[in-house]
Amino acid sequence: MRGTRVIITAQNHKWAYHAANAMTGFATSVIGCGVEAGIEREMTADETPDGRPGVSILMFAMGSKVLMQQLETRMGQCILTCPTAAAFSGIESEDMISLGKHLRYFGDGFQTSKLIAGKRYWRIPVMDGEFLTEETTGMVRAIGGGNFLILATSQPAALAAAETAIEAMKKVANVIMPFPGGVVRSGSKVGSKYKTMFASSNDAFCPTLKGVTKSELSPDIESVMEIVIDGLTFDDIATSMKVGIEAICALGENSGVKRISAGNYGGKLGPHLFKLHDILKGGAA
Amino acid sequence: MNALTFTLKTALQQSINCSSLTPDNLSGKSISDIGAIKLVTGKNGLLVCDVFEISGSDTQHLVFKNTSSKLNYIGANMTTGMITIEGNAGAYLGFGMKNGEIHCKGDTAAFSACGMRGGLLKIDGNTGDFLGAGSEGLRKGMLGGTVIVKGNAGDRTGDQMRRGLILIEGNAGDYCGSRMIAGTIGVLGNTGAYTAFNMHRGTLLLKNQPQLHVSMHDCGTHTLPFLNLLFKSFSKYNTEFSKLSSQRVQRFVGDTAYNGNGEILVLGKH
Repeated sequence: MRGTRVIITAQNHKWAYHAANAMTGFATSVIGCGVEAGIEREMTADETPDGRPGVSILMFAMGSKVLMQQLETRMGQCILTCPTAAAFSGIESEDMISLGKHLRYFGDGFQTSKLIAGKRYWRIPVMDGEFLTEETTGMVRAIGGGNFLILATSQPAALAAAETAIEAMKKVANVIMPFPGGVVRSGSKVGSKYKTMFASSNDAFCPTLKGVTKSELSPDIESVMEIVIDGLTFDDIATSMKVGIEAICALGENSGVKRISAGNYGGKLGPHLFKLHDILKGGAA
Repeated sequence: MNALTFTLKTALQQSINCSSLTPDNLSGKSISDIGAIKLVTGKNGLLVCDVFEISGSDTQHLVFKNTSSKLNYIGANMTTGMITIEGNAGAYLGFGMKNGEIHCKGDTAAFSACGMRGGLLKIDGNTGDFLGAGSEGLRKGMLGGTVIVKGNAGDRTGDQMRRGLILIEGNAGDYCGSRMIAGTIGVLGNTGAYTAFNMHRGTLLLKNQPQLHVSMHDCGTHTLPFLNLLFKSFSKYNTEFSKLSSQRVQRFVGDTAYNGNGEILVLGKH
């Protein structure tokens, strides 16, 4: 998996979020969306390259080609178009990929390049003034699909616990939780009875099928929510999982949460194994 | 280690090409080796020891003392180290310089930073014509690096400049930014006539309204976001440009007589 970080700034945080939400929207799963993307954190004006309020976003894809193509498309459709937005590289790497390099042609010959302190930027004339973007950003190896499951006695209880976990995990750097609100309710399993589908509903964790499938659920479990994490390194994902699980545990016995589990897939899906017990002890798997 | 110091010991009648006296060329050489280097001057060659008293040992830091405007090509093609000139320098200071730093505490003659590719050139006094330009006959001027002039510059500053940064705290003469290809020139003082003549691309950042010829067109007053990045990049240099903060400028584009897309940005109260 490959990842990149982009810093998006705007006149204020409201418009930085508009741009970032558009760019990271429809980016829940690499299966159907091409990339998995999300807002990593908010940035103050002091932290951004141009001294304006901003956010940082992370984007991940299976392969460099897809990442490059998706990044350019989303830049063109979501950042170039958003009032007052500007984009800058958020990560250094030996592998630099196009951020605004090809968008410059939208300037129709009126675009200007500036090389400032060793970095190249493009200024593209647009109706609201000038669109400023750095030419490239870094592409790095990354890890996707770390996950854990929240098993609870009701749907509201499972969701409330998931929300609590997400609020805590948002404070961890280098990770995103790409599904809507950071939570996925339709966790999948590998394989299907239908030949054309390689993934299908994870029936072992579907509460309405407890009696007719090889269920992982105890009788009192009425709902399961999954949190999926993508991150730059194994340790980043492990840290965010620890933070999220501990936040749920802090809710206590009366929260309705009975168990935390994870998608196992027989240990055969992907090269990285996140062992929950080890993670909670603070060690790597 | 003390800086390797060259003190001019005689009044010069003809110019001397000092391009062999750089940290690159002198590295590992003894004082006697250095003294035996032949300098190009007129029809008769002179040795370094004929012209300079040599002292010190640090070949990464050269100092020129008791200098004159007849010392040309100081720092030519250097890639490392530092040169300090405690006085005036001649023409072609920093010619083809690739890296390192040159600090001239006096004035310089024409063609300073000619063909410069990188590094930092600081001139505390005034500089002559064709600052950052290319050699005669070439189609590109300065290709990179930073030049900071505390005093005034002559005519044709940045002629055919291709890349890099020139900051002039004083005035610039006529044809500032002529035939400019890219890069940035800043002038806090006044500029002369025909500013940006035949400009292709690049940015002239001016504190004061220039005299403009008819093919430079007013595009109005704007707040330009990239200026924040540009001004931040000035902060590492000891220059009055570090105090700039307003991103509000009046923008002139041209030279339209050349299908140019260069810009003159005039700072000030807008």
